[in-house]
Amino acid sequence: MNELDSRQKNVLTNEKIIDNSSSILSNPSFDETLVLHELKHYLPSQTPLKDFIHHNSLHAFQHLKFYEAIFKASKIFGYQVTMQLKEYRELYETGRIKDTILERIIIEKKGRENLVKWKGYLLSKDYDASNLARIGQLRAHWKSLYKTDLDSLVQPLLFRILCSYLDQGISIWNFPSENKGFLSSIRELEKNSFTSFFKTERAKQLLLNGTCKITDLLKIVVGDEAYYEQYLFDQQFSHQGWSGMVSSIEDQPQSLLDQKKISLHDLIVFELLLEIDALNFQLGKDWKPLSTKVNSKPLNLFSDVPSTELNEVFTIFQETFEWSYYDEVLAGIALEKKRKHVDPVNKSFQAMFCIDERECSLRRHIEKTDPNCETFGTPGFFAVEFYFQPENGKFYDKLCPAPVTPKYLIKEFNVKGKREHELLYTNKTHTFFLGTLISLTLGFFAGVRLFMNIFRPKMSPAISNAFTHMTKDSELIIENKNLEDRENDLQIGFTIEEMATRVEGLLRGIGLTKGFAPIVYVMAHGSSSANNPHHGAHDCGACSGRPGSVNAKVFSFMANHLKVRELLNAKGICIPDETQFVGCLHDTAGDEIEFYDEQVLLPKNIENHKKNKSAFESALDLNTKERSRRFASINTKNELQKVRKAIKDRSVSLFEPRPELGHGTNTLCIVGSRNLTKGLFLDRRAFMNSYDYKTDPQGQLLTGIMKPLGPVCGGINLEYYFSRVDNHKFGAGTKLPHNVMGLIGVANSCDGDLRPGLPVQMIEVHDPVRLLIIVEHFPEVVLKTIQAVSEMYEWFINDWVHLVAIDPETNKFYYFKDGGFTEYTPITNELGVIENFNAFMESAVEMETNYIVDATQENLPVYRL
Amino acid sequence: MSQLLQFFIWIPFFGFIVSMLIPRKKESILSGIAISTIGINLAGILILVVFWLLNSSPTLDIKHIVLFETEDIEIFIDFYFDKITAVFAVVGAILTFLVAVFSRFYLHREEGFKRFFTTILLFFLGYNLVIFSGNFETLFIGWEILGICSFLLIAFYRDRYLPVKNGLKVLSIYRLGDICLILAMWMSHHLWHENITFLEINDLKLVAEHIKEHNWYAFFIALMILIAAAAKSAQLPFSSWLPRAMEGPTTSSAVFYGSLSVHLGVFLLLRTFPYWESIFIIKVLIVCTGIFTGIIATSIAKVQSSVKTQIAYSAIAQIGLIFIEIALGFHDLALVHFTGNAFLRAYQLLVSPSVLGYKIHDMVFNFEPKKLRNTNTLLNKVKNSFYILSLKEWNLDFILYHFLWNPVKWVGKKLDFFKRKMSVASLSIIYLFGLYCNLFQSSIPVDLFDLLPFLFSFLGLLLILKAFAERGDALWAWSFVIGGQLFITLSIALLNENFGHNHILMYLSGSVVSAIVGFICLKKIKSFDNNIELNQFHGYTYEHPKIGFIFLLSCLGFAGLPFTPTFIGIDILFSHIHKHQEILIIFTALSFVLIELSIVRIYARIFLGQHKKAYHAIAYRSS
Repeated sequence: MNELDSRQKNVLTNEKIIDNSSSILSNPSFDETLVLHELKHYLPSQTPLKDFIHHNSLHAFQHLKFYEAIFKASKIFGYQVTMQLKEYRELYETGRIKDTILERIIIEKKGRENLVKWKGYLLSKDYDASNLARIGQLRAHWKSLYKTDLDSLVQPLLFRILCSYLDQGISIWNFPSENKGFLSSIRELEKNSFTSFFKTERAKQLLLNGTCKITDLLKIVVGDEAYYEQYLFDQQFSHQGWSGMVSSIEDQPQSLLDQKKISLHDLIVFELLLEIDALNFQLGKDWKPLSTKVNSKPLNLFSDVPSTELNEVFTIFQETFEWSYYDEVLAGIALEKKRKHVDPVNKSFQAMFCIDERECSLRRHIEKTDPNCETFGTPGFFAVEFYFQPENGKFYDKLCPAPVTPKYLIKEFNVKGKREHELLYTNKTHTFFLGTLISLTLGFFAGVRLFMNIFRPKMSPAISNAFTHMTKDSELIIENKNLEDRENDLQIGFTIEEMATRVEGLLRGIGLTKGFAPIVYVMAHGSSSANNPHHGAHDCGACSGRPGSVNAKVFSFMANHLKVRELLNAKGICIPDETQFVGCLHDTAGDEIEFYDEQVLLPKNIENHKKNKSAFESALDLNTKERSRRFASINTKNELQKVRKAIKDRSVSLFEPRPELGHGTNTLCIVGSRNLTKGLFLDRRAFMNSYDYKTDPQGQLLTGIMKPLGPVCGGINLEYYFSRVDNHKFGAGTKLPHNVMGLIGVANSCDGDLRPGLPVQMIEVHDPVRLLIIVEHFPEVVLKTIQAVSEMYEWFINDWVHLVAIDPETNKFYYFKDGGFTEYTPITNELGVIENFNAFMESAVEMETNYIVDATQENLPVYRL
Repeated sequence: MSQLLQFFIWIPFFGFIVSMLIPRKKESILSGIAISTIGINLAGILILVVFWLLNSSPTLDIKHIVLFETEDIEIFIDFYFDKITAVFAVVGAILTFLVAVFSRFYLHREEGFKRFFTTILLFFLGYNLVIFSGNFETLFIGWEILGICSFLLIAFYRDRYLPVKNGLKVLSIYRLGDICLILAMWMSHHLWHENITFLEINDLKLVAEHIKEHNWYAFFIALMILIAAAAKSAQLPFSSWLPRAMEGPTTSSAVFYGSLSVHLGVFLLLRTFPYWESIFIIKVLIVCTGIFTGIIATSIAKVQSSVKTQIAYSAIAQIGLIFIEIALGFHDLALVHFTGNAFLRAYQLLVSPSVLGYKIHDMVFNFEPKKLRNTNTLLNKVKNSFYILSLKEWNLDFILYHFLWNPVKWVGKKLDFFKRKMSVASLSIIYLFGLYCNLFQSSIPVDLFDLLPFLFSFLGLLLILKAFAERGDALWAWSFVIGGQLFITLSIALLNENFGHNHILMYLSGSVVSAIVGFICLKKIKSFDNNIELNQFHGYTYEHPKIGFIFLLSCLGFAGLPFTPTFIGIDILFSHIHKHQEILIIFTALSFVLIELSIVRIYARIFLGQHKKAYHAIAYRSS
């Protein structure tokens, strides 16, 4: 985590180039390298689906202020970037957008004298909200002037060839290439074949004997150099899914197991060739380049977007929507601050959870079940960064946040039991003779399987099971006793000193340096789901979209190590001998917990552990009840065991596109003591990072904690935000028609573009609001902290996340705006109180449809417990 | 026992009607109706089969409603039950039931939840009509229903471009199959001088005699059946529609294109086997179709890198083999093969999203880098050539489009002069003249009178071609279709003095109402933005779903879909064309292919696709 955020840096260097680009655009000379660079910058950056790393969908605009950025992106690329005006107005009608907040924000922005006027604008003025995007205008002329539907002629074949080239294991007969790169593979293939991808000789000759330079081909297709850049943007953004995938594989070839060499450059060359081919075929040999017929001047895609009144209306509405909720949260925290908290004297156990907002309810329930326990939140890789190699595995899994590049390897060995296979998943069914045999025999078995899957869903090898990421009773090489133990430039295991540094870092960060309970649980999380290509998006974001079981086990081993404890002792962290760390994994979909290395427990702790385990079980029961309120298939009023079983079944049901709801509804990130929120019902909407300002008066630890909040929590939040407001362009659409392409992504149809982003089923519960980060520390310390690292500061100064500091002594709130903190007093002064939690859950409303105005009613306001 | 057969039609029919009446948001009621309807049907069929088996499995046949009757035509609904029906009915009911249960939660909160379940019920109704049918007429009603269900389910995500485009594409292939069936019906009517039932076909002696006498006609019928079967079962050269049909929710792809719908060609061949059993050339043709399809579809499946496409092509390959089995007379094997293939492909499609997780996990442990080679030996060159061809699906999609529809469009585009005032006026005058001729036949020279039907059917065809290629105002296209329809009717009326007014009334009753309603809908839509040009998709369903639905109904009614009398009218109409009037039958048949395509195209362009007003999120065209 402390390593330099390389991706962020990359983005920054790109921006410098982009900033100059507007001047270049008006300049008719075409700089290929620069344009390719720009394209890569703006294309979606999602990598193949096996790893799902959340990120800001508009990362390319992050150097601008939030609203400026989204409206600019909207104008250029045609994205919908806020809710619709009609939706905001309906939300105002239903009271979800609060009138008091609205007036406050209008006054703040427009002055009290303009309140009536602007309120009128917001609530009733007619606006034409339709948006003519700049992208695509040049290439549209193929259709209007040449009567040629170039996209339909080129794209299906292009996608098919790309997908076959990159395919990871669907096809039986692979692309015959020597992996010299995309273009040269195609050239080889064309050379050594009697047939061709092209319909005309011209394109083939250009490929085999021409220069294959982008500029030469553009000369043929477009003609005038001044249009080149616009043309390439139009072309690549007509299938941004595949272009983005190619671009990210080019940058991170290791994101594929079966690595392929490909580049955006090759893609563009090949696409231009296919275009020439299609035009020649359609129009004969004598067609003239596009620029000869086009009357309009080349368009500067990135020129400034003038601000409109409508955009200001959107801005005010969006701010109000956000603050209508934030205000309640802050009011709740203010009330909590006044409450006297008594820490338990005899702590039964402590548990560290991931900061993930899905763990927020489990923490609440375990604290309620066992009031003597204490819980903490910290990023779920538990400060240990490494690659993991399962036994017999041919690849390494990275188990730490995406931007970090670990230097360590943890190997698994002594796995008992064999990996199971699913007979019906063999690709032999697609061959002729075996296919016949199989359909005559296993075909009937498939019918039985289908029947069983529907009426008796259970775990099977075909289901992504969080608990199989690491086998429960296998062993790991964690300690490095000899620095010579290396593999592929990675050190196998950690040395004692390296372990001590990591354990110390984590414990100090969350403020757990004394008062240890007999058992400290290190609770990683992962998610099981069936029939779900996006399963990686449900796993732990801090572990690069994988379950964190190995990290939990590794961290526990380190913290239990006697020599590590000696070193810690020397540094002032004294862990009593009877305190033991136990790693465990929480399956957030099936709501089950698996504990690791229980055999190391001392006899006394075995007893404790037994008691704690049953407390966890009760907490899980309550947790499933809470989660079930959002699931149509479960009656929340049923008895706990039934609900629990139904939740478990969902996670292994083929027909359930919502095994869980992922990060949907995430809105808050709280850095501070658990006491700030312990008495509040935040409806699983808060990332919670434990932090004790008292142990860190100068904020040295705070930098380490806050730096990843932008890219990790902010990234998740913004991906949900954008996928929510425009599920067609930012999101992946509904999951139901998805077709898995080459094991790297999903598309609709067999000829469709890849669909990056989040599917409808993940975002429909989400309210599109930005993240509010709340830090418990003195504003001046927080200010100093965020300003310390420029890429971190960008998140705050450009308003991509909101930031509030709570002064721990005066209990006043300070809101960060335009580079400084100003005091904020919540308007809300009363909150509902939950008397009977179960009854409360049973009476909670379920959304009628996933239309935002209906959907948001499912998200409960802040209550006091 | 045969009286019971009708219940397998009534049950889904009532389910469908009830389902139509339930409000959109009542998810559990809607899915409950579908599941219980199909469940009851499944239980019923199982009980029936048990009793039937205990009664030494007799062949059942029952003639139900007579829809229309004169001295020389009788059109009636007939149900039939034998081993083939039993297998298809049981497999169909089980799969549809499982998929309906599967979809109950799968479709949760989907925008088209109601559309999905009502369409599934309608599909099930059509499927049962086909497999329980005892004659061509009954089969054809079911066949038509299935076609329209297919379009509705492929274009399920109607706010995107590709589903709508592919829906039309698939419909056009289906339409080709439909018209082959109509032609087969037409010829068989002339061959047998009655509407023969499948039971009668089983009478081998009768059939053999007839076929000996009318060799060429029998061959024609068999050929038409083969084309219809090949189109429905995605055999060569029609194969490329199947993967493109996988646009709807995975469950509908599984039940339609993985299993039931795609195997109906198999059913048709099995059902009509006695018809063509003695025609050697047809058998050879079927075996060849099967072999080529098997080889080519397998080669395409092998190079596919998208999972649903791969399943589609391997299903097609197996169906090719089933075709061969049928032609060679191994019918029990074919039935077993059908069952296994249907279950296997349905299952594979349903679990297809989990392939990603499973295979990647498998790769972690078992990945072996491929040994790469690319030499310029002859063998390698041949291999590469095959690879490229397979990746391009042997150009099947291109060929179909290029050779089938492009010429039609080309002709249509040349007919722009129809839109001039002069043309409209002359056409009207010609039409009035035709009417006059029809009424006062005696005053017209015989030579001229014999020519008139051809002239009118030709003009009718031209008008419909124009409608099909129209890129301007949708009202023009709609009017051209109506005009074309009128000309065709007149041409047949002129042809045959027996074609009484009640026949015409029967034929026009449905279409006139539909034509007027459709016109009003389009007028209404035009009044919003004054632009309903057919050169783009407008996506009006986003703003006016109700008008869209009414327009869809009038389209279906106009095209003669089986809920209006027009459907019977078409059948009568064809029966008036004599078997030696090849040109007339070609014109008329072509017109009927294009009428439905033209109006569904109008519906698609005006109401479906990406919404043209970008004040909300709009899908990419490439999705």
